[in-house]
Amino acid sequence: MSVVSTVNPAAADYTVLDEDVPRPGKLLACAGLAWLASAAVVLAWPDAQEVARTGLLGTLAAGLGGLLLLSWALGWISSRLARVGHWAPWLAVLAVTLAVWETLTAKLDLLPLPFFASPQAFLEVYTDDYPRLLDCLYHSVLLLGKGYLLGSAVGFVSGVALGWSTRIGYWVHPVLRLIGPLPATAWIPLAFFVFPSSASASVFLIALATWFPTTVLTWSGVASVQTAYYDVARTLGASERFLVLKVAIPAALPHVFVGLFMGLGSSFAVLVVAEMLGVKSGLGWYLQWSQGWAAYANMYADLFIMALMCSTMITLLFRLRDHMLAWQKGMVQW
Amino acid sequence: MVSAAPALAAGGAAGAALEVQGVSHGFVLQNEILPVLHDITLRVDPGAFVALLGASGCGKSTLLRLCAGLDRPRRGQLRMDGVEITRPHPSRVIMFQDPTLFPWRTVWDNAALGLEARGELRHGRGRVDAVLSLVGLDNFRRAYPHQLSGGMAQRAALARALVNDPRLLLLDEPLGKLDSLTRLAMQGELTRLWQQRGFTVLMVTHDVEEALLIAGARGNGPGVAQES
Repeated sequence: MSVVSTVNPAAADYTVLDEDVPRPGKLLACAGLAWLASAAVVLAWPDAQEVARTGLLGTLAAGLGGLLLLSWALGWISSRLARVGHWAPWLAVLAVTLAVWETLTAKLDLLPLPFFASPQAFLEVYTDDYPRLLDCLYHSVLLLGKGYLLGSAVGFVSGVALGWSTRIGYWVHPVLRLIGPLPATAWIPLAFFVFPSSASASVFLIALATWFPTTVLTWSGVASVQTAYYDVARTLGASERFLVLKVAIPAALPHVFVGLFMGLGSSFAVLVVAEMLGVKSGLGWYLQWSQGWAAYANMYADLFIMALMCSTMITLLFRLRDHMLAWQKGMVQW
Repeated sequence: MVSAAPALAAGGAAGAALEVQGVSHGFVLQNEILPVLHDITLRVDPGAFVALLGASGCGKSTLLRLCAGLDRPRRGQLRMDGVEITRPHPSRVIMFQDPTLFPWRTVWDNAALGLEARGELRHGRGRVDAVLSLVGLDNFRRAYPHQLSGGMAQRAALARALVNDPRLLLLDEPLGKLDSLTRLAMQGELTRLWQQRGFTVLMVTHDVEEALLIAGARGNGPGVAQES
C-alpha cells in the first residue's frame, strides 16, 4: 500500500524520516471498534429502564464507529485523514464511557432516577425539545454578545485612558478601585429595579462584569509599555495621537487579550445568574426551568450546550488573539 | 568623559553642527537632585563623527537624550545649527543599545515608522525599500523582530533611523550587545554610511578601541580628546 507523502525530499536532498509522514494509528481503528462495541451494547442488550430512542442512539454510535474505521482505512491514502488519529485515545475513552453509562442506567437500572438520566434520555431532549433549546441558545448568545461587546469596548477605552492620561486617571482610578472588585451579581437587586426592562438590566450586569478585568488589564498594558518605544517614536516625529494608537495600544494588546479573556469568564457567570432571575428565554433560564420540573436529562443537555457555547466563544476570542498577535512568540494554544 | 573627535566626512554638507553650551543636568532621587552632568561645553562640526567615551554611569547617555531633545537640561543650552533644541525632531535620530524595534511591526513597517508618523509614507515607500537594501535587509522585509539575529535587528534599527535622512545621528552604544564579528561588520557599515551620506554622528561608547577606530581612523585621525 502506498503512502502519500506531503514532504518532498528532492527539494533539498534530505531524507524523509518516518515521523515526517503522518500515518493512521492503530488506536484509530481501536476507537472505531470500541464505538461499534458500544453500539452493540445499546442495541442488543434489552433495556431495564423505560427509555425511548435506543435505536437512534445505537445507530449513531455504530455510524461513528464506521466513520472512524473508514478514516483509518483512508488514512493510508490521505495524510490529512491520518491526522484524525490524534483524537483516537479520546474517542476510544468516550466509547467506553458511553457503554458504562448505558449499562449502569438503561440496561441495569442501578443509578437512581431522575438524577442519573440514561444516554437515551439525554438524546431525547435534543430530538424532542430542540426548538426551545435553540431559542434559548439564540437569546443567550444575543444577551451575552450585547453585554460583552459593550463591557469590553468601555473597558478598553477606559483602560487606555487610565494608562495614558494622568488627568483621567485621577477621576477614574478611585471609581475603579471602589466599584470594580464588587461582584457584578451584587448589583442584581438594584439593576432590576433601576433599568426599564430585565433584558437591559442583564446587559448592564454582563457589561459590568466584563468591564472591570478589561479595564485593569488594558490599563496595566498601556502603563507597562517600554518608554524607549515612545522615545523612538517621538524622535521620529510622532504626534500624541500616533503614540496612543500606533505605540501604546499595539504594545498593550497582549495584556488587553488577557483582560478580555478574564472578562469573558466573568460574563458567563453573570449571564447564567441574570437569566435565572430576569428573562423568559435563555440557557440559564432553561436550567432553572428544567430543575423546577425535575427534568434532569434536560438540565444535563442544557449544560452541555452551555459548555459548547462558552468554549466556542473562548475559541473565537483566542482565534482573534492569534490573528492580532501573530508577531508574538510562545502563545498558549487554546 | 572622554571624546575622540573629529573626522571630516566626504560630502559633509548634509551634517548639522551641534553646540552644547554650559549644560548641567540631574535627576530627582528621593526628593534630592542627583547631579549627572556638570557644565558640559562641546562643539561638533557638521559632518563629524564624534565618539563620547566614558565609564558606565558618567552621563553619556543623558547627554545624548538632551541632544535628541527627549529631555530638557536643567541649565545651559543645546543648539543644532544655531537653533535651540527644545523637543525631539526627525532630523536628529537616536539609536539605542537595544534595537527597540516594535515587535508587532515587520522589519519594513519598523523602518517606515518615521514616515508613517509624519504622514509621509505614501510618497516615501521607495525610500524605505532603498534603505533596507542599503543595510542588507532586502530579504527580511516581512520578518518580525523576534525572527532576526542581534546584528540584523540593529541594522533594522539603523534603517529606521536612515529613512528619515537625519542630519545628526545619535548613537547610544548601538553595538554594545553584539558579538565581536558582527560588531566589526557593523562598525564598517556605520562608517561607510557616514562617509556616503555625510551626516553628523555623536556616538556614545565605553570601548576605547571602537571610539578610535570609528571616530578617528576613518577621517583625519584622532583629534582632540577631552576629559571633564
